[in-house]
Amino acid sequence: MTEAKALIFEMSNPGRRAYSLPESDVPDKEASEYLPEDMLRQTPADLPEVSELDLIRHYTELSRRNHGIDNGFYPLGSCTMKYNPKIHEDVARYLGFSNIHPYQPEESVQGALQLMYELQRDLAEITGMDRVTLQSAAGAQGEWTGLMMIKAYHESRGDTKRDKVIVPDSAHGTNPASATVAGFQAVTVKSNEEGLVSVASLKEAVGDDTAALMLTNPNTLGLFEREIKEIADIVHEAGGLIYYDGANANAILGQARPGDMGFDVVHLNLHKTFTTPHGGGGPGSGPVGVKDILAPFLPKPVVGKGSRGYYLDDDIPQSIGRIKAYHGNFGMLVRAYTYIRTMGPDGLRRVSEDAVLNANYLMKKLQPYFDVPYQQFCKHEFVLSGNRQKKLGVRTLDMAKRLLDFGVHPPTIYFPLIVDECMMIEPTETESKETLDRFVEGMIQIAREAEDCPEDVQEAPHHTMIKRLDEVTAARKPVLRWTKE
Amino acid sequence: MTFRYLPMTEEDRREMLSELGIESVEELFSDIPESVRFKDRLRVSEPLAEPSLVRHMGRLAGKNASFDRYTSFLGAGAYEHHIPSVVNHVISRSEFYTAYTPYQPEVSQGELQAIFEFQTMICELTGMDVANSSMYDGPTALSEAAGVAAAVSKRKKILVSRAVHPEARAILATQARGLGLGVVEIPCSAGVTDPEELASAADEGTAAVIVQSPNFFGNLEDLSRIEPIAHRHKGLLVVSSHPIALGLIKPPGEYGADIVVGDAQPMGIPVQFGGPHCGFFAVTRKLMRKVPGRIVGQTVDEDGVRGFVLTLQAREQHIRREKATSNICSNQALNALGAAVYMTALGKEGLQEVSRLNLNKAHYAQKRLTQIPGVEPVFEQPFFNEFAVKLSRPASEINKKLLREGMIGGYDLGRDYPELEGSMLLAVTEMRTKEEIEELARVLEGVL
Repeated sequence: MTEAKALIFEMSNPGRRAYSLPESDVPDKEASEYLPEDMLRQTPADLPEVSELDLIRHYTELSRRNHGIDNGFYPLGSCTMKYNPKIHEDVARYLGFSNIHPYQPEESVQGALQLMYELQRDLAEITGMDRVTLQSAAGAQGEWTGLMMIKAYHESRGDTKRDKVIVPDSAHGTNPASATVAGFQAVTVKSNEEGLVSVASLKEAVGDDTAALMLTNPNTLGLFEREIKEIADIVHEAGGLIYYDGANANAILGQARPGDMGFDVVHLNLHKTFTTPHGGGGPGSGPVGVKDILAPFLPKPVVGKGSRGYYLDDDIPQSIGRIKAYHGNFGMLVRAYTYIRTMGPDGLRRVSEDAVLNANYLMKKLQPYFDVPYQQFCKHEFVLSGNRQKKLGVRTLDMAKRLLDFGVHPPTIYFPLIVDECMMIEPTETESKETLDRFVEGMIQIAREAEDCPEDVQEAPHHTMIKRLDEVTAARKPVLRWTKE
Repeated sequence: MTFRYLPMTEEDRREMLSELGIESVEELFSDIPESVRFKDRLRVSEPLAEPSLVRHMGRLAGKNASFDRYTSFLGAGAYEHHIPSVVNHVISRSEFYTAYTPYQPEVSQGELQAIFEFQTMICELTGMDVANSSMYDGPTALSEAAGVAAAVSKRKKILVSRAVHPEARAILATQARGLGLGVVEIPCSAGVTDPEELASAADEGTAAVIVQSPNFFGNLEDLSRIEPIAHRHKGLLVVSSHPIALGLIKPPGEYGADIVVGDAQPMGIPVQFGGPHCGFFAVTRKLMRKVPGRIVGQTVDEDGVRGFVLTLQAREQHIRREKATSNICSNQALNALGAAVYMTALGKEGLQEVSRLNLNKAHYAQKRLTQIPGVEPVFEQPFFNEFAVKLSRPASEINKKLLREGMIGGYDLGRDYPELEGSMLLAVTEMRTKEEIEELARVLEGVL
């Protein structure tokens, strides 16, 4: 049995320290000299007291209990867990990028503004849009920003009854959630048996209350919406706009552009397609591209270029306003910019080719052993169903846990919701054929175990530092912080 | 051209295509209609090899006046503090930074435990019961707090002090348009929220009273006077706070705040042109199930060993979709980890010490600078590490002069507060030396 790792608080020992602060070169007075006694803290925050080596050993040990892309294969569908280049981490830490203030005079941050200006331009080119804002901190914030612009657009035309946003049933959960936060009602349309948006259902759903349709293309099943032109026409004819969720943009770089498909607004996840690290859940970055009709509503500020150099343009009279403090997650922009400069036009195109080839190869190799609900070429990801194994008493969750024993992070499971016992697999272009082949071997072994010795799968994982955790009790009797006994 | 991030060889490609029974990769894209295929070549710059790229990026970085070459007195929500060396070493461990959200707890215990510890530290700092795993930044956390207050109280009116960060108020205005909330800005008097104005605006339709302390001007708000006004009609009190100040000042939780938000940036996160920073969000136990974003909870595994999982997920978008408490998905986890390492490094004593250094240096600077003819204090309030001064010449002109002298001056308050035209907000953290303060005084004496 594994021992629990001590919490940093349990390692604390008064008198130890891991900090070094400057000596005070001004008179060192008690806080009460400057602040009223009743505004002062009586009980200090009970932060841990450890030595620097204790600190490093603690976090090093924690890192050993974590699986990242650098540890092994991470085919988590719709998350695009591709390699995060090391040079990005170096460059983002250059003092000229990391140690500058958002309110410095523009003439003192020309390099940063140039980088943002060029990134806006490149992302507009890649998506086929006219203008780009780099403000949003993540995909979900990008969605909300796009929807707020759509709202402002309709209102500017005196068209105030459009309160519905249509989302397919295969959409990411953030789509309907963002619609709600932007003040719309989310309406779900069913996919057809091919896994695509049903044009017939869409026709029934649209009307003069349609503000927008949100679509991921390729969708979360990894399938390209072939009838995209027709879909866009249906929505546009009804007076609505069409939103592109860029979570799956890794499939189409240099191959197809949302702007050419008829989309009016797009967000990209720089932490997916453009390799900025996921950081264990963030920070991300979710730039938003728009067609000219939405440009008047862009959030403030955007970066412009004038006779005196680059500047922050706040003069957007119909802007939806501010959506995030300062200038977006700049550190992430530096990384994405570096990536685009590394790959260039042909490299970006190759990214999507290889990502799509890897996904199709994996799907083909796994097809004899698992149910493949959608039998056609996929794009950068595909879904399997664990239905065949479920009949043997082995759930998709069990197979996911068993994969942990092979040093592989499992695929996204039970999403999209429209596939039973779903496994959504996205290998990305940065994985080699050998890695894919090893994964296939592991999956085949698990499929065999499901038939021959199901308990080996049901009781997995066997080799992780900790076994399956009791999530039900965690939610019923929440313990959300450490407390001193 | 070969690309070092793309391992597929020609041989691999041939084998894989043959496995699929096709001739070319092109066939895999045949489901994209011709009319929307991109047949051009993307007009982005040609690729750069690593040495050229390093040179190019170095040149871009070199065009910026960074704190290592310039002495900065600029704060206004983003602060230059010392970052212990250990912080960068920990967040550079790629087991942390190349991981996704910890959906598979068995292989994510490191991240989950670190965030559980972060949540605990934020609770300690703010005096609250429950904290989440982070928000995009302090200002967006403040808007989310307004959303929570409206949802809990089923009311639509938000009162926000004009002494709250102007960008936070601007984001709140955008958010309010989406959620259909009404925002009323409460005027200030003498550099703090006017309690009488606040009292007359608060009524039974008020979902929340939102204040910031230390406020945008650096002044401490009298929360003991504001709290009863917020609660009189059963609205919520939301306080935006500064984590380093909390080393010395009484935490909002002890005043009865319902939600405490702020930005953890001062704790180990570089200013980096304004982001990524790291919002924190802490509440009373009563509001636990209304919190936006991810929360880590403690549990046990099948053998009874303590472990951690993402919990209370019934609040979140991936489960609740349109009924979620917020649309937030990605947050600022790596920066929350950085802040946790900072708080661990500083510890119980260090946080008080750094807080005291800030207080002492800022007060020394304020006293020194306001002795200069042409520099007047704007307010007579208790303040932490930032203060406003009125200058006899325009702030933008002074800042240009300071830049030439190797200094980044303060924030021009006239940008957001017409009545404070000619006033500048100066931040003095532990990073500023007495010598640098003297240098600032010398330049000001020369131009005023």
